[in-house]
Amino acid sequence: MKLVLRVWRQKERGAPGAFSRYEAPDASPDMSFLELLDVINEHLIVSGEQPIAFDHDCREGICGSCGMMIDGVAHGPMKATATCQLHLRHFRDGDEIQVEPWRAAAFPVIKDLVVDRGALDHIIAAGGFVTAQTGSAPDGNAILVPKRAAEEAMDAAACIGCGACIAACPNGSASLFTAAKISHLGLLPQGQPERARRVVAMVAQMDREGFGNCSWHGECEAACPKSISIDTIVRMNRDWLAACIMPKEKSRSEEGG
Amino acid sequence: MQLDARIPPGPLVQKWDNRRFSARLVNPANRRKYRVLVVGSGLAGASAAASLGELGYNVDCFCFQDSARRAHSIAAQGGINAAKNYRNDGDSVRRLFYDTVKGGDFRSREANVYRLAQISVNIIDQCVAQGVPFAREYGGLLANRSFGGAQVSRTFYARGQTGQQLLLGAYQALERQIGLGQVKMHPRTEMLDLVVEGGRARGIVVRDLVSGAVSSYAGDAVALATGGYGNAYYLSTNAKGCNATAIWRAHKRGAAFANPCYTQIHPTCIPVSGDHQSKLTLMSESLRNDGRVWIPKKKGDARAPRDIPDDERDYYLERKYPSYGNLAPRDISSRAAKEVCDEGRGVGPGGRGVYLDFADAIRRLGEGTIRERYDNLFEMYQRITAEDPYRVPMRIYPAVHYTMGGLWVDYDLMSTIPGLFVLGEANFSDHGANRLGASALMQGLADGYFILPNTVCDWLAGTKPGEVKAEDKGFRDAEAAVAARTQKLLSVGGKRTVDSFHRELGELLWSDCGMSRNDAGLKRALARIPALREEFWKEVKVPGSGVELNQSLEKAGRVSDFFELAELLCADALHRTESCGAHFREESQTPDGEARRDDANFAYVAAWEHKGEGKAPLLHQEKLEFEEVHFSQRSYK
Repeated sequence: MKLVLRVWRQKERGAPGAFSRYEAPDASPDMSFLELLDVINEHLIVSGEQPIAFDHDCREGICGSCGMMIDGVAHGPMKATATCQLHLRHFRDGDEIQVEPWRAAAFPVIKDLVVDRGALDHIIAAGGFVTAQTGSAPDGNAILVPKRAAEEAMDAAACIGCGACIAACPNGSASLFTAAKISHLGLLPQGQPERARRVVAMVAQMDREGFGNCSWHGECEAACPKSISIDTIVRMNRDWLAACIMPKEKSRSEEGG
Repeated sequence: MQLDARIPPGPLVQKWDNRRFSARLVNPANRRKYRVLVVGSGLAGASAAASLGELGYNVDCFCFQDSARRAHSIAAQGGINAAKNYRNDGDSVRRLFYDTVKGGDFRSREANVYRLAQISVNIIDQCVAQGVPFAREYGGLLANRSFGGAQVSRTFYARGQTGQQLLLGAYQALERQIGLGQVKMHPRTEMLDLVVEGGRARGIVVRDLVSGAVSSYAGDAVALATGGYGNAYYLSTNAKGCNATAIWRAHKRGAAFANPCYTQIHPTCIPVSGDHQSKLTLMSESLRNDGRVWIPKKKGDARAPRDIPDDERDYYLERKYPSYGNLAPRDISSRAAKEVCDEGRGVGPGGRGVYLDFADAIRRLGEGTIRERYDNLFEMYQRITAEDPYRVPMRIYPAVHYTMGGLWVDYDLMSTIPGLFVLGEANFSDHGANRLGASALMQGLADGYFILPNTVCDWLAGTKPGEVKAEDKGFRDAEAAVAARTQKLLSVGGKRTVDSFHRELGELLWSDCGMSRNDAGLKRALARIPALREEFWKEVKVPGSGVELNQSLEKAGRVSDFFELAELLCADALHRTESCGAHFREESQTPDGEARRDDANFAYVAAWEHKGEGKAPLLHQEKLEFEEVHFSQRSYK
């Protein structure tokens, strides 16, 4: 099949960018979208041009490295699919496809389709963990975890940190990403002691990183390659409110039962 | 070079205790004077960096990805083993130890494996405490599944995303230390050389992958946790960025490389679909709990799988290995698949595939149960192949997956360069000639959470903190060498892309040093690799410059190292004329086609010393002594 790509090219952070047009005359429907970029890059290199820079690694939809706006949609047209798992059989012969980097104020472009997502790590560092120094853990079965809690925590923990939710959001909000971690840990007994301080710290960090606010567009959930539910944001907001109105050091989760 | 494994005295059960007691300690107030460099942020690297930070050491952690959370441990699907015996099915530390030594075909170090089995139970506890959402029973207790090479259910899992969840646990612990200022993280930074002065590892030279700047970091100890070298084969289940550069450059600085020929070919991967193929995708071994592997009895049977009646199917694993059946270990299952495909009975395009069929399990347990166990894997399969495994059997074929070989380490995980430690897949230590499923995660976390933090103190206690500075001359020289190599790659100005060379190297290795090996093929490979490498240095084209984000340049450096490593891999495979585990020499097989070991001549670790460019590597042998386990012909029949 023949495909035409219009790809955002930008030399470095802060440099002006523009779209360039590339033809792929013999793409195979079994190729992944990233393999299409590989093929284009091989041609570019041989003809003396700079290949298109893009982040990618596992190509199994789990590392969260890849991601681009494909015809304006984060990760492209297939629901619950990361770019590396998007195959060309979902396009039509002759399609012209626009490819851009994630667009968000908190994700500056580094080069072409590569953006800096370091802000997401900072949100985790602010509180997205359980304090459990190595060596101090009780037996794994000492604390029972209801199956349903474990399953719901796993649903939220499936987040791959790709940033599609932010790129899709008209406000550039990181609410779904942050809420997924807050839900994952907040649903488990191990996450209770730090539940209040976690949500307050992570939400504050999210604001500091320059992400926008959530105004319930729901684009994040639609773009998420792991189908993380927007319900997690409800949980985050509820926890945040509860943590803020309870007197400091006395929030319910810190009372110990 | 002297190989001293420094295995502690005493009975196997007490060796780890004895070692921890004999190790010198660093008092908490003095720990902040030391700096440890950790390269890699997968399960081993992240857990080590986090745990060392918790202890109060200053840590610098490096990864080439844009975030520590993306290391390839994240893609491990099936699970993690631990000798908890929660199932009451006869498991014990001793049995996990025994299964691992036997699974590794008696080519691993007993003391290390026993310690691994002992620590396995602490790993599960640690991960649960961090909030890893392991699968649970309705009563709230941890659930288990079975894995290859074992007759007990000791594998803990989080759906088909166990590696992801364990890595996120370690990553979150690491981020906590980063937030506290105890660990400094350096993402998008690649280690390009090790600095050795006065016979000790003193630091590393790195390239900032965004700016291209080359700089150095000095440390009182260096720990490499940079994964395996499976990508030498180009097509593998590894992530595209996985590379051997850190361990290879350390090897060239004096670290012995052990057992490079032990490369694991995983039996259940999605077959190649065309020339554009950039990597292969694993389908978790856990699928073999419920899936049945078969091919048509008749050669060239072109009927759809559902139209082939049961008595015209060959469930060859169940037939050949009745007691383990579809859960036969990886090396054995892979070779069996190759054998039936070589007979012309393979299925799918090119005849390189076998069926993995869930029809019986769906009939027995219902589609809902199967969906609960494997849905994300089924979905991934469907996404890639456009076939629905709930309706038609999966097609699978073996692919390069894991490397048991790696830098040689002693019991403390220290390499032959004092002060250089090696963790996880990057070392050679625990899996012998074949790794069992769900044991990689166990080893990575054992090394990082529990072993290194308890052994590095002994090294540091004998080291004056901050003795060497990154401003010293040794670092300047190493930086200059790195910059010169980068410039050399950029200035070749040939006509072929890096990928085209990598692909050719991969095909060569796969055909002559893949699932089965022989004298003629290995000699052919050893003649072709240097020729291809020479062509690479004359014909490769690396566009752009060294002072920007340049992904072609990154690949070129890694592939140039794979060329050198590939040669050592084949030389090791040629010298080991026995078959053992994943290393199958056609000349050494039993009458029924199984691997035949040669314990009289090869019960040793082959540790290779680099003797300089263009010179033959020198073989050192660490003899393997077995006190507890007795050599036996591995049988899964």
